[in-house]
Amino acid sequence: MTGKQVLLIEDEPNIIEAIRFILSRDGWAVATHSDGTTALEKVRAVAPNLIILDVMLPGRSGYDILRDLRDDAATKSLPVMMLTARGQSKDRELAERLGVTHFMTKPFSNAEVLENVRTLAGW
Amino acid sequence: MISFNLLIFVALCYVALLFTVAFVAERHAANGRVNWLRSPVIYTLSLSIYCTAWTFYGAVGYAARSGLEFLTIYLGPTLVMVGWWWVVRKLVRIGRAQRITSIADLISSRFGKSTSLGVIVTVIAVVGTTPYIALQLQSVTLSFAVFAQGSGQVWVAEDLNAAAIWVAAGLAVFTILFGTRNLDVNERHHGVVMAIAVEAVVKLCALLAVGIFVVWGIAGGPAATLDMIDQSAISEWSPVGGRWVGLTFLSAAAFLCLPRMFQVLVVENADEKHLATASWAFPAYLMLMSLFVVPIAVVGLNLMPPGSNPDLFVLTLPLSQGQDGLAVLSFLGGFSSATSMVIVATIALATMVSNHIVVPIWLSSTARGATMSGDVRYVVLLARRMSIAGVLALGYAYFRVSGGGAALAAIGLISFAGVAQVLPVLLGGIFWRGATRIGAAAGLLTGFALWAWTLFLPSFGSEGIMSASMMAQGPFGLGWLRPQALFGIDGIDPLLHALVWSMLLNSVVFFVVSIFTFPTPIERLQGAQFVNVFAHSSSPRAATQSAAGAEDLLIMAQRIIGSGQAQALFQAAAQKQGKEGYLPDVTPEFIERLERELAGSVGAATAHAMVGQLTQGANVSVQDLIAVADEAAQILEYSSQLEAKSAEQENTARALRDANEKLTALSIQKDAFLSQISHELRTPMTSIRSFSEILRDGEMGADEQARYAGIIHDEALRLTRLLDDLLDLAVLENGQVQLNNSEGSLRGLLDRAISAAGVDLGELGIHRRAADEQLTLFTDLDRLTQVFINLIANAQKYCDAEKPELRIRVRRVDGAQVIDFTDNGRGIVADHQALIFAKFSRLTDSGKAGGAGLGLAICREIMGRLGGQIDYLPGQGGAAFRVTLPATATRPR
Repeated sequence: MTGKQVLLIEDEPNIIEAIRFILSRDGWAVATHSDGTTALEKVRAVAPNLIILDVMLPGRSGYDILRDLRDDAATKSLPVMMLTARGQSKDRELAERLGVTHFMTKPFSNAEVLENVRTLAGW
Repeated sequence: MISFNLLIFVALCYVALLFTVAFVAERHAANGRVNWLRSPVIYTLSLSIYCTAWTFYGAVGYAARSGLEFLTIYLGPTLVMVGWWWVVRKLVRIGRAQRITSIADLISSRFGKSTSLGVIVTVIAVVGTTPYIALQLQSVTLSFAVFAQGSGQVWVAEDLNAAAIWVAAGLAVFTILFGTRNLDVNERHHGVVMAIAVEAVVKLCALLAVGIFVVWGIAGGPAATLDMIDQSAISEWSPVGGRWVGLTFLSAAAFLCLPRMFQVLVVENADEKHLATASWAFPAYLMLMSLFVVPIAVVGLNLMPPGSNPDLFVLTLPLSQGQDGLAVLSFLGGFSSATSMVIVATIALATMVSNHIVVPIWLSSTARGATMSGDVRYVVLLARRMSIAGVLALGYAYFRVSGGGAALAAIGLISFAGVAQVLPVLLGGIFWRGATRIGAAAGLLTGFALWAWTLFLPSFGSEGIMSASMMAQGPFGLGWLRPQALFGIDGIDPLLHALVWSMLLNSVVFFVVSIFTFPTPIERLQGAQFVNVFAHSSSPRAATQSAAGAEDLLIMAQRIIGSGQAQALFQAAAQKQGKEGYLPDVTPEFIERLERELAGSVGAATAHAMVGQLTQGANVSVQDLIAVADEAAQILEYSSQLEAKSAEQENTARALRDANEKLTALSIQKDAFLSQISHELRTPMTSIRSFSEILRDGEMGADEQARYAGIIHDEALRLTRLLDDLLDLAVLENGQVQLNNSEGSLRGLLDRAISAAGVDLGELGIHRRAADEQLTLFTDLDRLTQVFINLIANAQKYCDAEKPELRIRVRRVDGAQVIDFTDNGRGIVADHQALIFAKFSRLTDSGKAGGAGLGLAICREIMGRLGGQIDYLPGQGGAAFRVTLPATATRPR
């Protein structure tokens, strides 16, 4: 696992820009997508090494997307790091039950994001 | 001189004759031949039980002691029969209509079948009558003693007592045999009535015979007798006004209230018309009974040795003249007087005791399911028989305890005064509808207590219940409670004193308590039936009155089931009969239908009774029924209130459940809300933190640096706005907002809003019609402007048209001033229109909107506070919001 393709599914433009900046600086290729309904197609199209998934997305929630990813054999073991601004413990529990690889709450520290991305993507 | 044994034999023969008469009469009655048993003459003669041994023997003694005062005892009943026959007629009518069995039953029925009143009257009657029965036993034994002494036999106290016990036992047997033969609902006793009629003849004949013998046989003719009277002490006796009035009143009251008199006067009455005969024949009988009283007394006082008992002159005078036959007749007369009184009084008392005391106790102490009708009948008969024995035993006991010492007349008057306590309630009950059960009980108890305190208890003498010191100083030294000088009023004749106080306070308490208490519905109904017993009785309604009957029925039905339903019912019935209007013919079918309808509200029995009262010649007036119906309506209302209350409780429970669910939902909502706030706050904070770290890291161009600083700045502003909105909303929702009303023009407000919303007029075209905006408003202008700003900013943010435009139209709709904000975008999809005013209901991508979705929620809160409203107008092409100004805000210029 040496690919450095990350797919960021997030709808806040400023946050997209921040994460893209952090990861690009570290040598990652960052694809972004900001709509929940078409997210799975984007995943198939991009075939990322790692997905950073927001929970509250227009059209479809991050949980639903995660469930579909885990149901699909192709993406069953794809590392998924979830980001949420609703930092309640039950959100975390739900995400872990659905098979999230890592769960982070907003606001996050840039270094932490970067480190988690590296770890999860096998670097 | 006749032998004592012969006298006993004669007495036994006489008793056997009475048994035979009673038996024959009963047989005739059983065969249905009652006509000759029930003639006005028999009725009048049966009334003669008023004349007891007291009258037969005692009147002479009374005259010997107090002159003509004995006449008051005859005067009272005479006045009642002559002047107050209408009272008696009313009593008789009520007795027949209500199937009254005794005076206790009458009082009890009148006041709503009150058990306690029945008990009170029964107790008064028993207490008042017991001395009287003792008096009869005493007179019979005394008369035996007279013959015993005359025939040389030595009588001692034991013999007297033995004679009394034999007499009492014999009377008990006779009364049980003929008084409880059957349980007629009307409590009529043909055999007994016939026997006492015979006795009435015997005692009148006996007294007249003695009188004739005294006047013509001893005194030597009427003229000589009158001379004798003139020379006697009786002629010197002058009447005391107070006592005369008092005693006349007392005997009149007793005539109506004595249980035995009520029995023959009302209960045994077969035909109201008999009263017409009795109203002159009975006074005539009394006159004959009193005719020779004074001559016998005067001659007795002259002839008999000093110290001989004047109560026995009727016996001793013939004996002293050797007229044994006359003496025996006289003895039989006295015997008749005593026995007839005891028999009827015992029947009357036994009926009261068994019906009002024994049977209720028995019924309440027995499981209801176990009582068969046969059982009840047996129990009632047994109770009746035991009561008869009990009453006679009481009389005998009193005879033994009192020792037969007091003068006959004194005992009689005490009894009279006791039973007279029933009079106020009796008269009030049949003439005054306002009389109540509680008032009656209070009056009766007051009168009874006063009578006992001032007359009955002192009658036992200083050796008895009342000590001499208590009589002189009052109980516990309370002088104003002295039995014969209540409230310090001293020096009045004790009897008069007792009578005035007891009757006065009895009546006053009865009246006052009745005024201040309210009758129950059944009391009202019974009261109406008693007081208005003549109003509708006897003559059945004529056919021409059927329309009036229907009207009455309609009025009543309206009271019970409500006017709408009643009118519909009557109209339908009338239509069915081919009539117009609301008054159908009162046909059996219609009555049945109406009863069924009413039964739903008041119960079948009541409905039947009420309808029956109106259609079959009622005993009560329409007003009475309406009063009852009103009561019923009140009861219905009350019960429906109760139902409403239970419904209310159910509602409360449901509300609590709902509230609980709401709370749960709220806590979920609160979770969601907090979650939302968290999200809305964390999102800008995320950007701020992330870009701050990026800036801190350095390693970037100035452009990027400036750009990221700008993002931080924007997100910080967004955060501030959000906090402002949240605070604003919290204040608005809690109602803590202070409105600053002032005057301003709508046009100026809109200008200000457009500029404050930061509208780039090149991006968003705004169309207004200046002429419509010439409105002066008086409201919180800042808040209203805030709403306008929100709406304009929303149009700017969300209008997705290529060339966004916003039209602002001011117009009047349904009398209200409205301002419509309509853009030319796609608008809001129907599913979401209901949601847009909810908090955090941002529908589109948040990045572009830059708000937390609180704007419209705030707008709605503001308009609510101002007294207006804000709505989404569907189907206007684009997104359309209507702000409706409060009516108080507009003042056309």
